[in-house]
Amino acid sequence: MTATRGKRWSIVAGAAVILAVFGYLLYGGLAKNVVYFLTPHELLAKGARAVDVPVRLGGQIKPGSVTWNDSTLDLRFTITDGMSDIAVHSHGAPPQMFRDGIGVVVEGRYRPDGVFNSTNLMVKHSNEYRPPKPGASPNEAARTLIKESRS
Amino acid sequence: MSGLAGLVGRGALLVSLAFVVTGIIAMPAGIRRGRRDWVALGYGAVFANFLLMTAAALAMITALVTHDFSVSYVAQVGSRETPLFYTIISLWGALEGSILFWAWVLSLYAIFVVWLNRDRPGNLVPYAATALLGIALFFAILLVGPANPFKVVWPVPPNGPGPNPLLQNHILMAVHPPLLYLGYVGMSVPFAFAVGAVLSGEAESDDWIRLTRIWTVASWGFLSAAIIAGMWWSYDVLGWGGYWAWDPVENASFLPWLTATAFLHSAMVQERRSMLRVWNLNLVVGTFVLTILGTFLTRSGIISSVHAFTTGTIGYYFLTFIAIVLVAAFTLVAGSSDRLRTTGRLDSAVSRETVFLLNNLFLTAFMLTVLVGTLFPLVAEAVRGVKVSVGGPFFNRMSLPLIAALLFLMGVGPALPWKSATRAELRAKLLPPAAGAVLLAVVALVIGLRDVFGVLIFALVGYAATANVREIWLGARARRVAHNESWLAAPLRLIAGNRRRYGGYIAHLGVFFVALGIAASATMRTEREATLRPGETLTLSGHTVRLDRLWAREERQRSVVGATLTLLDGNRPRGSLEPRMNFYPTSQEPVPTPDVQSGPFGDLYLNLMAFRPDGSTATIRAIHEPLVPWIWFGGGVVVLGALVGIWPAARRRRAVVVAVPAAPRLEGHAA
Repeated sequence: MTATRGKRWSIVAGAAVILAVFGYLLYGGLAKNVVYFLTPHELLAKGARAVDVPVRLGGQIKPGSVTWNDSTLDLRFTITDGMSDIAVHSHGAPPQMFRDGIGVVVEGRYRPDGVFNSTNLMVKHSNEYRPPKPGASPNEAARTLIKESRS
Repeated sequence: MSGLAGLVGRGALLVSLAFVVTGIIAMPAGIRRGRRDWVALGYGAVFANFLLMTAAALAMITALVTHDFSVSYVAQVGSRETPLFYTIISLWGALEGSILFWAWVLSLYAIFVVWLNRDRPGNLVPYAATALLGIALFFAILLVGPANPFKVVWPVPPNGPGPNPLLQNHILMAVHPPLLYLGYVGMSVPFAFAVGAVLSGEAESDDWIRLTRIWTVASWGFLSAAIIAGMWWSYDVLGWGGYWAWDPVENASFLPWLTATAFLHSAMVQERRSMLRVWNLNLVVGTFVLTILGTFLTRSGIISSVHAFTTGTIGYYFLTFIAIVLVAAFTLVAGSSDRLRTTGRLDSAVSRETVFLLNNLFLTAFMLTVLVGTLFPLVAEAVRGVKVSVGGPFFNRMSLPLIAALLFLMGVGPALPWKSATRAELRAKLLPPAAGAVLLAVVALVIGLRDVFGVLIFALVGYAATANVREIWLGARARRVAHNESWLAAPLRLIAGNRRRYGGYIAHLGVFFVALGIAASATMRTEREATLRPGETLTLSGHTVRLDRLWAREERQRSVVGATLTLLDGNRPRGSLEPRMNFYPTSQEPVPTPDVQSGPFGDLYLNLMAFRPDGSTATIRAIHEPLVPWIWFGGGVVVLGALVGIWPAARRRRAVVVAVPAAPRLEGHAA
């Protein structure tokens, strides 16, 4: 009976140790992998602490700042929150609705040279689907192409 | 068109609410006073609720199909341009409709529970039916309150915006949500049985576990299929070439799957060894709470995603309901935990029971990891006011060791005997599968896998798969000799003779396919993006595609831009791919529609990223996805395993009802 009881306790103790280790790993993993969502102003205010750590940077695309090279697939633009600007470099085609003034979130790291290196670019859009305002149809590009292919 | 459907819908919901309340009062009162006719009245309420919910759902479908925009839900998701098929399935395309669908599925489960167990003596079933009606009450309140899909819209709009474009772009939208609801809502049944078992005093006998297990396997099978279908949808519609992003809504479906999986294993320990009774009750309650939590996360708008439809007060209703369920359920479990003290004892550290205990430990740890990672951003924002996200690296790093441990246990568990094993037995059982581990590790290296964790997963799958197949083979060989059966008949009869056990092994095999698919595609995926002019080619991992032309056309409900590409084998064409972008008038963003060329060992995945409106160039992203089809195939095998596990359930369970009379103490407890 005591032998069984001893085994039982050893199992309980083993489970406790595993749980403690697991809790520690969970805590450590969270501390290392939490990605802060910042605006350009907040990011710059963090100074060196914000350099080379994963960050989500959100703001608007500064009008006139977008350059897109479709042969090298380099996309450069500036994100602004009205107070500060940060230059962003990303690789790959911009989303179809990407344009001046639109809200975006980029995921990546702020490099020491002052450029934000984006690995993931998301256009912020309202999740509620409303009819577009007249004249602001996103289908324009598609329509143009349809006209082109007819002519 | 004069709003008849809305009238029928509103009326059905109100009357059903009355029936539900009647049933909730009548059944416990009937049990207490020994009035079986009151219990019968409660059962009647269960059937009435089903009929009324069916009427409400049919009224909604009628309203959708006839474009009755005086019904608020139709005005919200309907449009005259949407094809009929997507009009019908938009029943679950937004908040109110999905709550209605949920309530209907619950009412369906409830009549099955009552009907299949109508001859069962004791008070378990009436209490379980009461619990199911209690859950139905919550959804009925939502339906007449904050999530009423039948509100009157005046003036009647001439047309509506149509469903969310992401939800009308793929056929899987007809498959994934119903499967998910069947899985999610199905977990209410084990919960109801657990409540019924505790209240009726049957929790001390382990018979209710057998009853519960079948329902859990069925719901688990639906949930597994739903998760795989959701992955497939994400892969085929979202255009990023992945299938799992540890997105909160994905996590929400995965959390109850983990605890349900844990229960399926620990239930066996309770049946065989009368251990883990309180733990099993907690798993059943926890699984149910996680399904409600998942619905709260995905439906309350607290996180933004394709699943979160609106914000509003509905979140508070969910939080209140979760709090009530947690307090009530754990009070019940705690109150009866003295009576539920374990009678069995763990005989040896080296036994199948131990493997199941470890399995439960790791699955629970996995669930807690995903739960913490999912809820942390919400808590951080509420408490510290900072916006954070927990990235994929957290989940990947944390889950990898757990997945590895679980895969290893999947090989050890089936091989070990119950109670205890001798050293010789261990050697005979645990050593031979190591050959499988070596074999698959070599295969991994040969196909070019260099990631150390990827190779590890391959090796563990090799070990566990060999152990599971070997168990089937050893059984079949013994049968062949004993019954003089053919090599074809022996394994089939073996599986048919113990469907539950071998259904489990088949589900294991499905998991192995999924694991290989994930390990290979996560570590060996290659991608390239290029802007092409017609005639130009793009080469990736030995696959060359040539852009032939860029085209566009108007369809009734959308405009489509597509690129036609030819897959080249040297200079010979070997197939054609057509990635597209669909522009819906209600969405600012086009919906990507990638095209996938599947082979037995991987996919070539093409997505149209951008194009020049003059048609001169198209930017194409090409992704080579090794073994991704194995994930879908493995999902099918898992579902097959679940099917095998429950197939004879109906007949056998009826036999149990006849063979096992209720424990005599039940009557005393009920009085």
